[in-house]
Amino acid sequence: MSSFWSGWIILLTVVTIIGTAWLLFANRSRPNDQETTGHVFDGIEEYDNPMPAWWFWMFVITIIFGIGYLVVYPGLGNYKGTLGWTEIGQYEAEVAKANSEYGPIYQKYAAMSLEDVAKDEKAMRMAGRLFSDNCAQCHGSDARGSRGYPNLADGDWIWGGGAGQIKTSINNGRQGTMPSWLPALKEQGVDEVSEYVLSLSGQPADSDMAAAGEKHFQTYCVACHGADGKGNPLMGAPNLTDDIWLYGGKRAQIRTSVNEGRNGVMPAQQESLYPEKIHLLAAYVYSLSN
Amino acid sequence: MSTSESTLDQSPYNYKVVRQFTVMTVVWGIVGMLVGVIIAAELVWPWLNFDLPWLHFGRLRPLHTNAVIFAFGGSALMGTSLFVVQRTCQTRLISDGLAAFVFWGWTLVIVLAAITLPMGWTTAKEYAELEWPIDILITVVWVAYAVLYFGTIMKRKSPHIYVANWFYGAFILTIAVLHIVNSMEIPVSLTKSYSVYAGTTDAMVQWWYGHNAVGFFLTAGFLGMMYYFVPKQAERPVYSYRLSIVHFWALIAIYMWAGPHHLHYTALPDWAQNVGMVMSLILLAPSWGGMINGMMTLSGAWHKLRTDPILRFLVVSLSFYGMSTFEGPMMAIKTVNSLSHYTDWTIGHVHSGALGWVAMVSIGATYHLIPLLFNRKEMYSIPLINLHFWMSTIGTVLYVTSMWVNGLMQGLMWRAYNADGTLTYSFAESVAAAYPGYIVRFIGGTIFLLGMFVMAYNFWRTVASDNTETASVQPQTA
Repeated sequence: MSSFWSGWIILLTVVTIIGTAWLLFANRSRPNDQETTGHVFDGIEEYDNPMPAWWFWMFVITIIFGIGYLVVYPGLGNYKGTLGWTEIGQYEAEVAKANSEYGPIYQKYAAMSLEDVAKDEKAMRMAGRLFSDNCAQCHGSDARGSRGYPNLADGDWIWGGGAGQIKTSINNGRQGTMPSWLPALKEQGVDEVSEYVLSLSGQPADSDMAAAGEKHFQTYCVACHGADGKGNPLMGAPNLTDDIWLYGGKRAQIRTSVNEGRNGVMPAQQESLYPEKIHLLAAYVYSLSN
Repeated sequence: MSTSESTLDQSPYNYKVVRQFTVMTVVWGIVGMLVGVIIAAELVWPWLNFDLPWLHFGRLRPLHTNAVIFAFGGSALMGTSLFVVQRTCQTRLISDGLAAFVFWGWTLVIVLAAITLPMGWTTAKEYAELEWPIDILITVVWVAYAVLYFGTIMKRKSPHIYVANWFYGAFILTIAVLHIVNSMEIPVSLTKSYSVYAGTTDAMVQWWYGHNAVGFFLTAGFLGMMYYFVPKQAERPVYSYRLSIVHFWALIAIYMWAGPHHLHYTALPDWAQNVGMVMSLILLAPSWGGMINGMMTLSGAWHKLRTDPILRFLVVSLSFYGMSTFEGPMMAIKTVNSLSHYTDWTIGHVHSGALGWVAMVSIGATYHLIPLLFNRKEMYSIPLINLHFWMSTIGTVLYVTSMWVNGLMQGLMWRAYNADGTLTYSFAESVAAAYPGYIVRFIGGTIFLLGMFVMAYNFWRTVASDNTETASVQPQTA
């Protein structure tokens, strides 16, 4: 802040507080008990009683407190306050204290392999709390997900279920993008592919349309989902044959996926969580199906 | 209505606009509180939005706040201010046409709000959600209101200006400034605009507006109402002229600074947060000045509380006012705020002011006005006013206490942590724990709303009766 604006703030603040105090003291004198001012408004008269002493002194105390606060803490423009307090300083001090207190606990688990941490009961209790605070919003407190948010407890993995793969998913996030196939396939092609995908998981489907859809599938879909439709964890392409669905497995839902495409985003947690916490979380998610 | 307009308008004053606003105070009160009860119910039974976007909590909540603040509160303030300014200045409004424009213009604003907010057309600025065409309409109507009000004061027949008019005047001027500055926006279509402010500046302007909407709409405006109707109903002189001078100037000077306490522990610079907190604390005494002046006006008339439920409304509203204006500065202290912020405590605080103070003082003033405006001797039923009083009080107490309990519980749950440093409770667990409080809040709100229906019935029976009393229409001259 430039010194002009700093001075402007100081001036306005001081004038407001001093002016208020002056107003208070200037009206203190000449008590006029039980006499009216002589004004009458629509039958309403006004006494000119003095201000109640307790109220007067309460006012004075709040003003004194306010001035004291602005001496000790920042408030008057660029003036730092005698304590040197800052919000960011308070935050950093609290974080440093927490790190020194709890750091060793996390360090112990960080030195262990994910598979071993997953077997440690105390570690998993901590990790369960971390999961509730950071992951349950999307994946559910039971980790069973909901539409668009994968179930983490069913042993079925879109991006791979190895402990290291899970940790990568948490660290870097994942972006599962399926484009809209309407421009390439047109309405009828979308319908046909949808029938074929239905048939892949053994659901009843129109066999003529499914046969036509298979041709489209082998042209457009194999690159990600594979010739057999079993998907590819390297690309986050789901297995279409196991009847486990991220966006729903009904005819209309599959059709919407093909028609409009899908865009799933898991945010990268390394932006907001310490590596030691991600280590615990990866072990926790791994433990859910191992 | 058994009396024709012509007999009603024997008065030298323009009572027509006051009558219109008084009727709409009750109507908008019922509408706004009904929407409040609906969204309170949605928090208990989430399926109540029936998966319809325009019944969604996120769209009905701004409709509720706009309806109770600007439709119910606004009608009460405009109606009473235009009544009080005429009575205390002993002069008719400068223009009947302008008065009609203010009433119909304001009504149009409210109707447009009731349509656009459920449609999801919103600036997303709290208490300033209405989109830019409505913002312009508000500005035009508000300027007309200011011209009408101050023009009437200019041609007053009394040498002095009564204290109620200072407060009403501060309310009208400041709301104009707040509305224009905070609503500066760039339209991109008829139904969408973007604020000219960004980031932390946007947040600060928004809460400078937001807190002064509380300070000048919900405090100064209703203090103006209090300063007329309390001494009038109690038939006692105002306690202290000098106290009213000191607390008026201190209140309007200090309130302007209090906004940053809505942004404690955010990206707002430290100095702004701290100045906001200090000014919020200094605000305690100026706020209480109004309560003292109202309460002490009753000295020598306390016995009237036994028989007069209208006075009871006014006195209890002052008690809630005093409680809320104590609670506010306390919540503005940073360490208290770190516990209370983002919890239901804030909702409880707002409603002890909104139900206990704003609604109750408006209800008291409206009961005072109805017989006078419709040329009746008194309200149809005093026991029904008493019933309404108890429903309002019980409803408010249930609402406020349930939110206090919820807020403290949420604040404590969110900061509890285990020996290993992890949080003891997840957010969802605090939501589950708040559930009983939401049920109690719904019950309290429903009782308060039902009280408004009792009032509407009593209003209707009063107007429908032929118990006329022409004498009361005449103004009391000095």
